[in-house]
Order: sequence, then structure tokens, then C-alpha cells
Amino acid sequence: MSSNAITIPGARIEAKPWVDELHQWLTTVDHKRLGILYILSSLLFLAVGGVEALIIRIQLMHSRNNFVSPEVFNRMFTMHGTTMIFFVAMPVLFGFANYLVPLMIGARDMAFPRLNAFSFWLSFLGGLLLYFSFLGGSGLYGAGSAPDVGWWSYAPLGARAFSPGHSSDYWTLALLVSGFGSIGTAINIIATILCLRCPGMKINRMPLLVWMNLVMAGMVLLAITPLSAAQIMLLIDRYLGGHFFDTQAGGSAVLWMHFFWIFGHPEVYVLIIPCFAFMSEIIPVFSRKPIFGYPVMVAATVCIGFVSMSVWAHHMFTIGMNSYANSFFTLTTMVVGIPTGIKIFNWIGTMWGGRIQFKTPMLFSIGFLFQFLIAGLTGIMMAASPFDWQLSLSYFVVAHFHYVIVGGILFALFAAFYYWYPKMTGRMLSERLGKWHFWLFLIGFHLTFDVMHIPGVLGMPRRIYTYEPGRGWDTLNFIISIGAFIQALAILVFVANLIISYFKGARAGNDPWDAWTLEWSISSPPPVYNFATVSTVASRRPLWDLKHPEDPDSRYE
Amino acid sequence: MTRRMKSSLCYSWRIALLIFWSARLLWAVEPGGSTAQNTSIFSPASTPAQSIFDLSVFVLVVTGIIFLAVFALLLYSVVRFRGRAMDGGREPAPVYGSMQIELAWTIIPTLIVVVLFLATARVIHAIQDAPEPAGALDVIAIGHQYWWEFRYPTLGIVTANELHIPVSVSGHPTPTFLQLLSVDTDHSFWVPQLAGKTDLIPNHPNRMWMDSQRTGVFLGQCAQYCGTQHAKMLLRVSVDGPEDFASWVHAQQKLAVEDAGAIAGRRVFERNACMNCHAVGGMPANGRFGPDLTHLMSRATIAAGAAENTHENLRLWIQNPSAIKPGSLMPAMKLSDADLDAVVSYMETLR
Repeated sequence: MSSNAITIPGARIEAKPWVDELHQWLTTVDHKRLGILYILSSLLFLAVGGVEALIIRIQLMHSRNNFVSPEVFNRMFTMHGTTMIFFVAMPVLFGFANYLVPLMIGARDMAFPRLNAFSFWLSFLGGLLLYFSFLGGSGLYGAGSAPDVGWWSYAPLGARAFSPGHSSDYWTLALLVSGFGSIGTAINIIATILCLRCPGMKINRMPLLVWMNLVMAGMVLLAITPLSAAQIMLLIDRYLGGHFFDTQAGGSAVLWMHFFWIFGHPEVYVLIIPCFAFMSEIIPVFSRKPIFGYPVMVAATVCIGFVSMSVWAHHMFTIGMNSYANSFFTLTTMVVGIPTGIKIFNWIGTMWGGRIQFKTPMLFSIGFLFQFLIAGLTGIMMAASPFDWQLSLSYFVVAHFHYVIVGGILFALFAAFYYWYPKMTGRMLSERLGKWHFWLFLIGFHLTFDVMHIPGVLGMPRRIYTYEPGRGWDTLNFIISIGAFIQALAILVFVANLIISYFKGARAGNDPWDAWTLEWSISSPPPVYNFATVSTVASRRPLWDLKHPEDPDSRYE
Repeated sequence: MTRRMKSSLCYSWRIALLIFWSARLLWAVEPGGSTAQNTSIFSPASTPAQSIFDLSVFVLVVTGIIFLAVFALLLYSVVRFRGRAMDGGREPAPVYGSMQIELAWTIIPTLIVVVLFLATARVIHAIQDAPEPAGALDVIAIGHQYWWEFRYPTLGIVTANELHIPVSVSGHPTPTFLQLLSVDTDHSFWVPQLAGKTDLIPNHPNRMWMDSQRTGVFLGQCAQYCGTQHAKMLLRVSVDGPEDFASWVHAQQKLAVEDAGAIAGRRVFERNACMNCHAVGGMPANGRFGPDLTHLMSRATIAAGAAENTHENLRLWIQNPSAIKPGSLMPAMKLSDADLDAVVSYMETLR
């Protein structure tokens, strides 16, 4: 990598190579390095958020447990949720988008490289600000620290009257700051895709990954801005005597809910659409077939983008909306299942008639398809709002959204890690460790989150630090906790694989998977300038055309 | 159908049975089987809970069929189209898509959505827009940080944490309509066997109703995170037969018992901060921040269900609430042993 550095004569940078290297990483505006920084920072936060999850699971292992106090437990689930959504899932997906989008459209960098660096450092420092609250904040109980109002901080619990001290302020500022970072990245992704495509890459020839990241970035602009507005209003309430959400002075708690969920639900799609993007690249390559129904996939994605903007209040079925509002949001929520179903069918259609290779990325992709199917169906159950009056706020919901986020998003991310790690590092991840990782994680995941639906059905609400014996919840919670530790073990195998393979993995070469998109046409890792010559593409699978000049795709499109 | 497929179907059926029975076994060994502790959403005892249950069975069947169909497709393509060594590195024939197939898997889900939506909308309307009949009982439920206040405006009763409602019989329905309010943060009223949950939100009055056809005690708890002790904000709903309910109402409408033997304890109660927060009917104590204590001993539990209402628990609760419910807003009273004994015996006269 240092060979890419600009050598200044007489500067003697060889004397302090690591300082030089560090300086380059900290000041880089290269989209590939920023992508890797995004990914590394989210792996760091993943470890922290994972430990918080384990603390939650130890406390709930049996009834009347005293592993942590209620105050600590409330901090743990608040920090776990906030960390995983804002400082793991979003940054890691931005990282992959940053790394892959320019490579896939034949560009030499993002449209605004310095905005890119600025956005990353905002996101990362937002995360540090959140964790600084452990030192600088004090929570509901007056003493202690860290936000403890839940990751959606419902009004008026987040008001000064109920959350004195500064823990909620750190939460607010962290989301505000990282939110600006997300907006910057979204603008950058949109501008890059619209302006920097190489010759021949018409908008209907872009790889699906690029298409889906375009939709994702558009949704970020629409979803993060109301969240930022709400955070500013909350700050005004807390410090400038505002009464937006101050119910003691005529403010509205329901207003906060609307603001939060008009961010919160599109956010789910902001996270899952890039994962659809990974699937749409990985499944074809390992099935050895082009994606089935490319235009329909694009249409379905855009459709999800629009419809998912109108479903937010399905998080609010229990707040006492009238029957017309409940019916409307039931309908929109069920409708969003249609384009999502179309995607699953198209991926199966891609596998149909293929020659599926069960490499680790494909194993995780098949896991994704299976789990995302179930997550979608439990979603339909909760879309039926009367059913949701029972299931909402219970462990069934917790099981459902972890099915989406872990079973869906995290599985897709693991597939992406195994698939693109060779491009990023020049080394293959170990297949043997990869299979251990996959099977351990699969077993742990199903042990935890399959079983977790049941206590919800048996009346166990979420966010309780303890429960009475005799409700039939003990054994189930014990099994759930065991599963959590198996997942943690699998993550350790994954991290070991990342580290060991970096030094000892087999050399990847340019194109280890015999794939078809532009990033595989250049060396691994790619040079700073990406492409020595400007590529020209004639179809959606430019490398297929190169490898099969006798039967190019361009003939059929 | 080939023999291989038959045997694999048979195999998966056996696995499903195995899972079902082990789940049944799992629940059987837990002490939760008794009805008094049952909080399952699948054992409804009231009309709203029953209509939700009926809808949920329909939704479960529909989604179950979708699951089986798509899962079978997925499994079939993974097994049937797995790469084999004898392929010899040949690429399969590329297929770019098919409009007919895309149309089919757009239209069929759309029809399913229409059916599911109509079935759901019917139940939404039936529950939410149900008119209040003449024989209905009105109760105001007020959420407080970590306990419930229940007011019966037509009967002049104020009580806490344990809601009493009359049983509703089909010939003479007496449903209970709750008005839901909150004085601080958001809470949610959830007794799974009686109805779905509805939130208690400050500045945003809500309504829900239930009409249990069975007598007995039904458990539930606060479902919306409301602060430090959200976990110990438990709910008990006692559904009483007509005579039992009438006698409960009669007892609750009386003022507090004045027991001359407990006068010392009453003095302790009045001398300390107790009466700033608690009310006792017919006495100067009229605080409303904490639960009404006029008929404390008629309740089975204290601290919103966190402990049984026993002599030892009352002592402990007054002296050190954190031992039972850390983070509760009840302060530790730090009384002398003599004062503590006196005030507890006074409490025990409040029947």
C-alpha cells in the first residue's frame, strides 16, 4: 500500500513508516480506504454492542436474576440498540457502498472525496460521543451514566423532567452528528452514481448493487432529515424552554413518535436494501447465471423505496390511532411485502437451473433467503394491526426485528465480507474457518431467535430487566441466552478468520470467483487510481462479455 | 412424485412433529401451566382477545402456507441445482427473466394481500368502533411511574394495581370500558387474555374495552418502557361474579376503618411524609402521588405486584423499597423499629 504514497524527496518518510502510514489513513480521501475505515469502525462497535447484548442475555437467563441492576440493564438495551443501528449497521453498509460503487461503475473515486472523509469522521466521532456518555452523562436514576431511555427515546421519557443529567444529550448529539455524516454520504453516493459512470454504462446497465445503493441513498436523505429535525427540537425542549414534546406543557408525545418512526421505518429499508444489493451480486455469481428479471428487480427496489415511506405508523398501532389510520397502515405495510416477495422469487429464479457452488458467501446468502422469508412473514402477522395489539412491544417483536437485522442483514453482510474480502486485501478468507463460522452462527442464531418468538406469545414484554417465575418464560430465556453465546463464539471465529487470512490467506488474484462486474477486472487490492484506462461496457456483465466473446450478453440486452 | 421426495416429505413431517411435541413438553414442565399465571395471547377469555385470536389463526394459516410454498421452492432449487463435479466447468444456460412468471408472482401475492387486508380491517372495526352498551362499566386507568391507578367515576371508587371488573354474560353483557391516561411517561395496558394492549400517553387519552366471560384473576403488565422499574409494573385484573363484584364495590365505597388499637400507627403515618403521597379515605391524608391506601388490605399484592401483601413485605417496603423494587419512587422512610411496627399494624387495619 505504501507504494501508492507520493514520495517527497528528502522527507525521510522511510524512517517512520508506521507514522507515515497512520497519517495517510487518517487524512485519506480515497474511497477504498474510507470504505475500509467505515468497516473497521463498525466492527469495533459490533464488538461493543455484542458485549452489551450478552450482558442483557445473562441478566435474563432466569427469573429474578441479579446479574446487573435495573439501571445498568436499561443502559445496556438502549446502548445496544443505538450502537447496532447507527454505529454498526449503517456505517458498515456505507463502507461497502463507498468501496464498491466507484469500482463497479468504473470510476476513480467518489464524486466528492473530501466530503466523503468528512462524513466518515462525523459518523465515527458521533459514535465516540455516544460512548463518552459513560463518563460524562447521568441518567434516569440521577447517578451513573449512559443513555437509558430506549433507542427510540419516547417522549416524555427523554425530557429533562424524566431524564435529568446529560446522558440523553449525548444520545441526541451522537445521532445528530452521525446523521449529518449519513446525509453527506448519501449525497455523495447519489452524485457518484449519476455523474461518474464509465462510457457505455447506461442507467439500465448498472449492476444491481449500484441501483440499490442509489435507492438507499435517496431514502437516507428522506429518512435521516426528519430524525435530525426531531433531535434539534428535543435539544430545544431540553435547553431552550421549548415544548414540542413536553406533555406537561401541552406538547405532544405522539408527535415525537411520528418523527421518530418516519425515520425509523425507512431506516429498516436503508439497511436491508444494500443487503438485497449484496444478494443480487453474489447469488448470480455462485449460481453461474445472470440475475433473473433485472428490470423487475430495479422496479421492485424503487417501489419499496416509495411504499416504505408510507408505513411508519405500523410501529404505533398501540398508541390509539383511529380505525381508519390503523387500516391504512395495515394496508401499506402488507403492500410493501409484495415487491419484497418479488425479490425473493427472483433470487430463487436466478438459482433455478444454475450450478450452485456452496462457497461460504453462497452459504450465507442461502441463510439470508431462508431467514428473510420468515422475517417477512412474521412482519405480515404484525401488519395485521389487531394481531399487533398483542404482539407489539413483546418479545415477539424483538425476535422479528432481530430476524431481519441478524438473520437478514448480518447474514448478507457476512456473505459480502467473504465475497469482497479478497478484493479488499488480496487474500482469500479461509473456507474452513468460514464454514465453522457459518454453521456455528446459524445454530446460535436459530437457537436464540426462533425460540425468542415464544415468550412474546406467552406475554413477556420487551425491555424488562427481570420477570417473575411461573409464567413459563424461564426455560425459553435460558435457551435464548445459550444461543447468544454460540453466536458470540461464531463471531470470534469470524474475527480470527479476518486476521489470520490477512497474513496467511491464499493469494486472491484479480478475479477469484470468476465474476462479471468491473471491480474484478483490476488487481486485488486495487491501485489508488482504480482503473489505469477508462473502461467501456456494453452490457450488465462486462467481464462475461470479455470472457465469452463468442456469446456476449450485449447480444441479448 | 418420486419415492425420494415422498421419503423426504415424510422425514420433514416427523421433524415437525418432534419439534411440536418437544415444545409441548417444554411448557408442561414449567409451572406456568396453571391458569392463574397464564399470560398467553392464545388463550383468550374476552371478546376483543377472542376476535384477535381468530384473526391470528387465519393469518398464521395463510403465512404458514406461503412459508411452506416458498421454502419448498428454495429447498428444491438448492438441492436440485447444486453444482456437481461432473459438470466439468460448463456454464449453465443464461436465463434473463420472464414477464409471465414475474406477473404471476406479482398478482398472486397481491390477491393474498387483498384478502388479508379485508379480514384485518373487519376486526379493527369490530374492536375499535364497538359502541358502548348501556350496561357497561366505566373505569379510568391512570399510568404512574411504576404503578396503576384505577378510578370508577360512577361508583366513587379509587384503587390501585388490582382492577376488579364484573363478569359479562351473553344474555346481559357488562363490558368494561377503560379510559387510559398517564400522569408522567408512556405506559401500556396489557392483559393478554382479555384484550390487545393500548398505550397510556400523557395528553393523549385512549380507550379500550374488555368483557371477560370467565371469572378469575388475569395477569398482565406494563408493556411500554416507562423508566427504571418498567419491569415491575405488574397488573392484576380480577373478574368477579355479579355478587362478588357488588360486595367488592360495597366494601370499597366505605371510608377507612378507624381502629382505636392502631392509633399509634396512624399518628406515625400522619407525622411522617406518608400522607404527602398517599390518601386514606375519611382522613386528612389525601396525597395522590402514590396509591390510595384506604383499602390496602383488600389487595393481594403491594408495589404494583412486585411483592405479596404480607406483614414482612409491608415492613420491608416501608423501610427499604429498593430491596423489593430498586428505582421505585417510594422513599425509604427510615423509621425506628417501634414506629415501623406501629405503622405496619395501622396499615393492616385498612381493610
